[in-house]
Amino acid sequence: MLNVGKIEEGFVLDHIKAGKAMKIYHYLGLDKMDCPVAIIKNARSDVMGKKDILKVECDINTLNMDILAFVDRNITINVIKNGEIVEKRHVSLPKEIRGIIKCQNPRCISNTDTNLPHIFYLADEKKEIYRCRYCDERYEENDAEEII
Amino acid sequence: MAKRDLITPQDFTVEEIDHLFTLADDIRKDRSRYAHACAGKKMATCFFEPSTRTRLSHETAMLNLGGSVMGFPDGGVTSATKGETVADTARVISCFADIMVIRHPREGAAMVAAHYASIPVINAGDGGHQHPTQTLTDLYTIRTLQGHLDNFTIGLCGDLKFGRTVHSLINALVRYPNVHFIFISPPELRVPDYITEMLNDMGIPYEEHIRLEDAISRLDILYMTRIQKERFFNEDDYVRLKNFYILDAEKMKMAKESCYVLHPLPRVNEIATEVDDDPRAAYFRQVQFGVYMRMALVLTLLNIHVPTEQ
Repeated sequence: MLNVGKIEEGFVLDHIKAGKAMKIYHYLGLDKMDCPVAIIKNARSDVMGKKDILKVECDINTLNMDILAFVDRNITINVIKNGEIVEKRHVSLPKEIRGIIKCQNPRCISNTDTNLPHIFYLADEKKEIYRCRYCDERYEENDAEEII
Repeated sequence: MAKRDLITPQDFTVEEIDHLFTLADDIRKDRSRYAHACAGKKMATCFFEPSTRTRLSHETAMLNLGGSVMGFPDGGVTSATKGETVADTARVISCFADIMVIRHPREGAAMVAAHYASIPVINAGDGGHQHPTQTLTDLYTIRTLQGHLDNFTIGLCGDLKFGRTVHSLINALVRYPNVHFIFISPPELRVPDYITEMLNDMGIPYEEHIRLEDAISRLDILYMTRIQKERFFNEDDYVRLKNFYILDAEKMKMAKESCYVLHPLPRVNEIATEVDDDPRAAYFRQVQFGVYMRMALVLTLLNIHVPTEQ
């Protein structure tokens, strides 16, 4: 088993579907931050077979965690204080995603007037469908997607 | 009082649309009483994409109300060619006019304009997305011709993928009880998934057909559309699909005596001219109804009240 040191203050994102950790790393803007981050890929899991884990040593309140459920609804957030888990949070789908993902519709105004914020609204919670606020195009996840 | 816009048909409740149609009926009865209702008011028609009918219909509506009109018929002559954003154009136009009508090739452009403008904005078409004034015209035409907007079967035929009039009309009609939809299109131009998903979720029945002949006899309203060249990135696809549907006198024989034919116009060849003399051909009356409806819309958005006749 791979061992990564404990963190004193921060949070651990657990039960991330294997392969999604890097996406979350970018969505949360961790690439732009100075704090220590451990990305564990393909960790063994009794329930999931394999999973990703992110350990981040920074104040959880400085980050917008709304996007997590959009990536994977099964993620759990363990808030760590003084090296101990003090809170477990489950994630729910945000009503709106702003400035994180881009509309893929080439005819959408948000792709011409580049100063406009990219906004998606939760069109169907059960089916987890997001649509562009401007053109109603459904967001489709793909490998070539651009992150803002 | 907060300003109001018309960006999608859902911006107005069914009750508000009823009120609009009652007002349009009153205007139709005696237009002269409304001849000076908008005196001193200016309408800017900002057409970044050409459309003679829609622009002239709005301008006619404003002129009929005694107001003035200004604007441009084509984005090629505007600051947009210099890189001006829709948001800035909307702010600038707000300094000149009392109401703005915008058509733009980009989907969502009218919503952006409405957000940044301080005057009411009417969406006269944003790319392949929405065309709410055409929808209100269509609803008003159907209501006037058959007397009601519920309990009927409508067939939508042609380009159901890029046809914004179709998307707007479906979104508006789902709010009325017991409307049955029949979609008739080539597989490449099927109605988008978000529309069929919405119908499924709402439990509203619909059918999809490729041949018009398979559905025409069951329709109360046949809504024809043009295969729009400007929506295709590929010329070959357009050429292949443009002659897919042609409504002619022979096909009209299969339709009910009470089945009205609507079309948002312009038509190319999808309705043969021999159909024009059929009393069920309602597409030119639809144009006239559109003017009355737009007059009612302008009055409503400008919050101008003309006492109704006692």
